[in-house]
Amino acid sequence: MSETSPLIAFSHVVKSFGGNHVRAVNDVSFDIAAGEFLAVVGGSGSGKTTLLRLANRLIDPDGGTITVAGEDITGIDAIGLRRRIGYVFQSGGLFPHMSIAANIGITPRLLGTPKSEIAARVDELLDLVQLDRTQHRDRFPHELSGGQRQRVGVARALAAKPRIVLMDEPFGALDPVTRDALGNDYRAMHVRLGLTTIMITHDMAEALLLADRVAVMHEGRLIALGTAKELSRIDSPYVGELLGTPRRQAERLQAALSQNIAS
Amino acid sequence: MSLLFDPRWSEALARLPDYLGNHVRVSITALALGLVISFPLALAARNRPMLRSALLGFASIVQTMPGLALLALFYPLLLALATLTSQWFGFGFSAFGFLPSVLALALYSMLPVLRNTITGLQGIDPALTEAARGVGMTARQSLAMVELPLALPMIMAGIRTAAVWVIGTATLSTPIGQTSLGNYIFAGLQTQNWVFVLFGCIAAAALALVVDQLLALIESGLRMRRRIRVSLGLAGIVVLAAATLAPSLTRAKSTTLVGAKTFTEQYVLAALISHRLQAAGLPATTRAGLGSNVIFDALANGDIDVYVDYSGTLWANQFHMTDLKPRQELLTELETILARRNITLLGELGFENAYALLMPKARADALGIHTISDLVARAGTMSIAGDYEFFARPEWAALKKAYGLSFRERRQMQSDFMYAAVASGEVDVIAGYTSDGLIAKYGLTVLDDIRHAIPPYDAIVLLAPRRANDAKLRAALQPLLGKIDIAAMREANFRASDSDTDGSPATVARWLWTKINEK
Repeated sequence: MSETSPLIAFSHVVKSFGGNHVRAVNDVSFDIAAGEFLAVVGGSGSGKTTLLRLANRLIDPDGGTITVAGEDITGIDAIGLRRRIGYVFQSGGLFPHMSIAANIGITPRLLGTPKSEIAARVDELLDLVQLDRTQHRDRFPHELSGGQRQRVGVARALAAKPRIVLMDEPFGALDPVTRDALGNDYRAMHVRLGLTTIMITHDMAEALLLADRVAVMHEGRLIALGTAKELSRIDSPYVGELLGTPRRQAERLQAALSQNIAS
Repeated sequence: MSLLFDPRWSEALARLPDYLGNHVRVSITALALGLVISFPLALAARNRPMLRSALLGFASIVQTMPGLALLALFYPLLLALATLTSQWFGFGFSAFGFLPSVLALALYSMLPVLRNTITGLQGIDPALTEAARGVGMTARQSLAMVELPLALPMIMAGIRTAAVWVIGTATLSTPIGQTSLGNYIFAGLQTQNWVFVLFGCIAAAALALVVDQLLALIESGLRMRRRIRVSLGLAGIVVLAAATLAPSLTRAKSTTLVGAKTFTEQYVLAALISHRLQAAGLPATTRAGLGSNVIFDALANGDIDVYVDYSGTLWANQFHMTDLKPRQELLTELETILARRNITLLGELGFENAYALLMPKARADALGIHTISDLVARAGTMSIAGDYEFFARPEWAALKKAYGLSFRERRQMQSDFMYAAVASGEVDVIAGYTSDGLIAKYGLTVLDDIRHAIPPYDAIVLLAPRRANDAKLRAALQPLLGKIDIAAMREANFRASDSDTDGSPATVARWLWTKINEK
C-alpha cells in the first residue's frame, strides 16, 4: 500500500431500504486519508447516518465497494471489523445495566483482554476524556449528565485503540457550551492519537470548525466534498444555503453583541 | 374458640410432610420442565413473528382450559402412550400421579414465561441493540450481555407468576393420583372437614408466597449484581426442596396403596381397609380423592393395590354394558370380565350404593307413594334433582323407559345439597344414593324400583393384578366381606359427613369396624 492510498474508500456505493423504493445512499464515492477528520452534513433523511453504518458493516451495501486499509470490507469478518473501529452513538448508547468502567471496557473485554489491563485502560481513558477516575468508574449511566455520558461514549469508542472512529451526531443533544468544549476536546484527541474520524452532524458550523474536510449529503447523493474554502467555490444553491446560514448567524450575533456593548 | 383447639388441626399437621413434600416435588419439577421448554422457545420465537403468535396462541389456549380438565386429560393420554411403548419397545411407564401432573402443570406454566420473555426482549430500546453490535458483540453476546440482563425483571416476573400458578394448580393433581396439598381440600370438601380445607388452602398459599419471595430475592440479586442475594435465594429453594423431599424419599416402598374415589364413603372404606391391613402388619398408604375415570385404570396398571368399586358402575361405565342383569348374574359375569384383565374381585362388602329416587317419608306416605310406579301419575307436577352426571347416565334413561317417567322440571345440584333441598320441599324428588347417611338424617324414604330399572351397585373389593396371589392381603381383608350392611354404612357415612363430631375417616373406620363385629 502506497502512502497516498486512502484509509477508507467508498466507490459507487448504493443502499436502498423498503424494497428499493428509497435510495438512502445513491452512488456515493469518496476517499479519506489516514489521519483525516471528515464531517458529513445534510438534513434528516439525506443518508448521512446510513453512510456511517455502512463503514463498519452495521449494514451492507446493495452495490459498490467499501475498502478499509485497502481491503474490501465485505470480504472480512464484520464482528472483527467493528471491534477495531470505534463508534460513538447519537444518544451515547451506553448500556444502562453496566457501570461506567464496564461500558468503557466492553470492546477490550470482547477481545479477551486481561481484566487488569482493561482496568488500567479504563482509568487512562477516563483521564483522556477528563472525567474523574474514582468518582465515575463505578457509577451507572443514569447517574451522569448528558455531557459526561457522551464523554464516556467517546472513551468507549477509543478503548480498543482503534485507528478509525465513526461518530453519529455525537454532540447533537448537548447544550451549546458543553457541545463546544467536547468538540474541541475531541479534535485535540483526534490529532494527538493520530485518529481517522468520520463525524455525522447536521450543524454546518460544527463541521467547519472541527473537520479537515466536509462532505454534503442531499437526498442520498454526495453533492459536495472539500475544505471550507473549496466548498465556498462550489456552485450549488443547497451548499450555498448551508454555508450561508452560520455566517449570517455569526454576523447577526456580532451585531447584537456590539449593540449591547454600545448601549 | 373451639376451632383453634379442634383435634383435626393436629391430624392435618401429621400429614403435612407427606402432602407438602409431594406438592413441592411435583411443582418444582413441573416449573423446571416448563422453564426448560419455554425459555428456549421464547428466544427462538422473538424474531419470528409467525412462530411467536403460534406459540403465544397455543399457550393462551392451554391457559383457558380449566386446570382440573387439563390434568384429567393427561391421564388417558399417557395411558395410551404407555400401552404403545410397552407394545413397541417392551417397556411401559406409570401414567398415574406424578408424570401426568408434571406434564400438565409444565404446560400450564408456559404462558407467563413465554409472554414475559418475548415481551421483555422486544421492549429493549433498538438503540441499545445497535450499540451492542457497534461495539463488536456477536448476536449471542448481545443476547447474553445486553438483552437478557435488561429483560430480566420482566422475565423473572413471568417466572414468579408461573410458580404461583403451578403451586396453586398442583392442588388439582390429587384426582389423578398425585398426592398434594389438594388431598386436604378434596378430603375436606367430601367429609365436611372444614379444618382440612382451610389447612390445605393456607399451606398452598404459604408455599406459593415463600417460593415467590425466594424468586424475588434471586431477581433483585441478579439485577443489583449481588451474588449473595442470588445464592441466598437459590439456597432457600434447595433447602425447601430437600426438606420437603426427604420424608417422601425415605418412605417404605413395600407399602400397600389403597385407592379411594372422591366421596365420603370411599374415604371411610379406604381408611377401614388401611386399618385392617395395618392390623395385619401390612404397611398401607391411602391414595384418596382419585377421579372415578382414573381409579380403575390405576388399579389395572398396578399404581394402586386395592380399592372398593360398585358392580353397576363397572358394568355400565367401565365396560359399557347396556343390558341389565339380576344381581348375582351380573356379579358373576363381572368377575369373569375382570379376571380377563387379571383383576381379582375379592368379594362384596354387603351393601349397595345405588342411585335411588328419594322423597321425604312423611310426604310419600301422605301421597301414598311407595314405589317408582306410584310416582308416575304425579311426576308431571313434580320437580326432580340429581347430581351433575345423573341425567346423562344410563340409569336415568332406563328409569324413564321402564316407567314412562316425565317430570315437570329437572335440576342439577351438588350432591350434598340435594338432601336438604328435598327435605325442605324445594324439589319434590331427588336421585340420591342408597348408602347416604343423610337419608336417615332428613327422614327420607327410598322408592322401590319394582321393575329393576336401576342395576345393582354392590360394593366390591378389587385387587390389582400384582397382588392377586397375595395371601396375607386377602386374609386381612376377608373379615370385611359380607359384613357391612346398608344401615351400618349409612350411619358411618353420616358420621363422616357430619361436621359437628370428630368425623375423620380414620375415626369413623374404627367405629365401623367395632360396629360390624358386635353382631
